[in-house]
Amino acid sequence: MESLSNKKKVLEQKPLNLAERMYLPAIVKGLGTTMSHFFKKSSTIRYPEQEREFSINWRGMHSLKRDEEGRERCTACGLCALSCPAEAITMIAAERKPEEKDLYREEKYAAVYEINMLRCIFCGLCEEACPKEAIYLDGPIVPSDYLRKDFIYGKDKLVEAPLEK
Amino acid sequence: MDINFVIEKFALVTILFSISLVIAMYSTYAERKVAAFLQDRLGPDRAGPFGILQPLADGLKMFMKEEIIPSNASKWLFMVGPGLAMLCACIGTAVIPWGQDLNIGGRVVPLQVTDINVGVLYLFGVVSLGVYGVMIGGWASNNKYSLLSAIRAASQNISYEVAMGLSIIALLLMTNTLSLKEIVAQQHGWHWNVIYQPLGFIIFMVCSFAETNRAPFDLPECETELIGGYHTEYSSMKLGFYLFAEYINMFVSSAVMATLYFGGYNYPWMDTVAAHVSPNTAALIGTVILFAKIFAFIFFFMWVRWTIPRFRYDQLMNLGWKTLIPLAIANIIVTGIVIAVVNKF
Repeated sequence: MESLSNKKKVLEQKPLNLAERMYLPAIVKGLGTTMSHFFKKSSTIRYPEQEREFSINWRGMHSLKRDEEGRERCTACGLCALSCPAEAITMIAAERKPEEKDLYREEKYAAVYEINMLRCIFCGLCEEACPKEAIYLDGPIVPSDYLRKDFIYGKDKLVEAPLEK
Repeated sequence: MDINFVIEKFALVTILFSISLVIAMYSTYAERKVAAFLQDRLGPDRAGPFGILQPLADGLKMFMKEEIIPSNASKWLFMVGPGLAMLCACIGTAVIPWGQDLNIGGRVVPLQVTDINVGVLYLFGVVSLGVYGVMIGGWASNNKYSLLSAIRAASQNISYEVAMGLSIIALLLMTNTLSLKEIVAQQHGWHWNVIYQPLGFIIFMVCSFAETNRAPFDLPECETELIGGYHTEYSSMKLGFYLFAEYINMFVSSAVMATLYFGGYNYPWMDTVAAHVSPNTAALIGTVILFAKIFAFIFFFMWVRWTIPRFRYDQLMNLGWKTLIPLAIANIIVTGIVIAVVNKF
C-alpha cells in the first residue's frame, strides 16, 4: 500500500564501510558531542532550596475562598460534590444564624466541608461547577502523610485565612 | 642493606599505597561528577562543599552494610576473590618511576619502589593476575550470572592481552629495554613515544580499556544481561573492594600509559625549568606533571564511559582478534623495517 504521509523510509542494511568499521571517527564525534554538554549549564533545580515555578494553569490543593468582606463564599449547594468524578467532596449544610452574618455570605453555608485528597484527581471540575466562585485549585502540592484519615481535609485546612483588618 | 634503604622504601610504598587509595576514592566521586556534567546535571553536591565528602559517606555506607555470604558459596574463595583483586590492583604501582631521583641529605632517593630490569613484563604479569580476583569471586559465588561474567572477564582479558603485548613489542623495538626507568629517561623533553608510535598507543589504550573492564568493554558487569556481573552476590566492603579495585586499575593503567607513551615525568622545556630551580624542586615538578597526565587519562576513561555504548560480545571478540592483533603485528613489522633502515643510513 502507498504511504499516505510520504514519510516512510525504507532502510537497507548495508555492510559497514571502512570508516565505520574503524569505529574511531564515530567515537571521536561522540566524544565531541558529550564534551559540548560538559560546558552547558545544568538544568538541575536544587529542590529543597529552590523550587520550580508552577505553570499558570497548575491545579494544586483546593482552597475555599472568602469575599471582599472576609465572609466565606460557599453556600453548600453541593454542585462541586455532584460534579466531582472521583466523589472526593462531601459536605453538610447549615442555616446561617443572624449573628453569623459577617462569617458567611449566603444564608446557607457549609458546616462541614471535606475533600478526600486520596480520591481527588485534580481535574478542576469543582472549580468550574461552583456558581459562587468559592473553590479554586490554586494551592501547592498536597503534602504526603502516613494515615489515610489524615488525607481527608476539612474546613480547617481548606478555607482561606481570614482577611486582616 | 642499610636501615635508611628500608625506611626510604617503606615510606615510598606507604605513600604510593595511600595515594592509590585516595585517588581511587576520589575517582568514584569524579566519575559521578563527570557523568553528571556530561549529562547536564550537577552530580553529588550534598555531602560537604561541592559534595567533596561523598566518597567518605559512600565508604561509611559500604562498611555499615550487612555482609552476606551465600549459603552454597565456596566461603574461603568467596573471601579471597575481592582481596586478590585489590592486591593485584595495588602492586602495579611498584615499578612505575614517579619522578627523577631526589637528593635528601646527600642520599640519592629514586622515586620508584623498584627498578627491575623486566618492569614491563612485571606489569603484564600483574595485569593478567588481576583477572583471577574476578574469576575466583565469580566462580565462588555459586551463581550462574556471576560465573558467566567471570568467564567473560577471563576470555576478554586473554584476548586483549595478546594485542596489548604485541603493541608493546613495537615500542620495545625502539627502546631496547624493559626497564620502565630507562624507557622514561629516553623520552626526555619532547621525545614522547606517542609521537613515534601513535598506532601502538591507540592499540594499547583500547586494550587497557578492555583490561580494566571499563566501558565500552564492561561486559563482565553489564547490568542488562548479567544483573551485577561477577559481584552480583557480593555485599558490604567486599563489593567495595571490587569497585575500588576497578578504580585503582584505572589509575595504574593511566600511569602506565603516561609512562610508556606520554613521557612519564618529562615535559617540554624541562631543561630550562631545571636550570632555574633546585634539582629536588625540578624532580617534584616532574612528578606533578606525571600526575596531571594520569588525571587527564582518568578523565578520558570517564569521558569515554559516558559517551560510548557497550560493545556486543561478538563485536568485542572481532575487534580484538581480527582488528587489533593484525594491526599490532603490522605495526611491529613497519617499526622493525623503519628501525633497520634508519640504523643502516
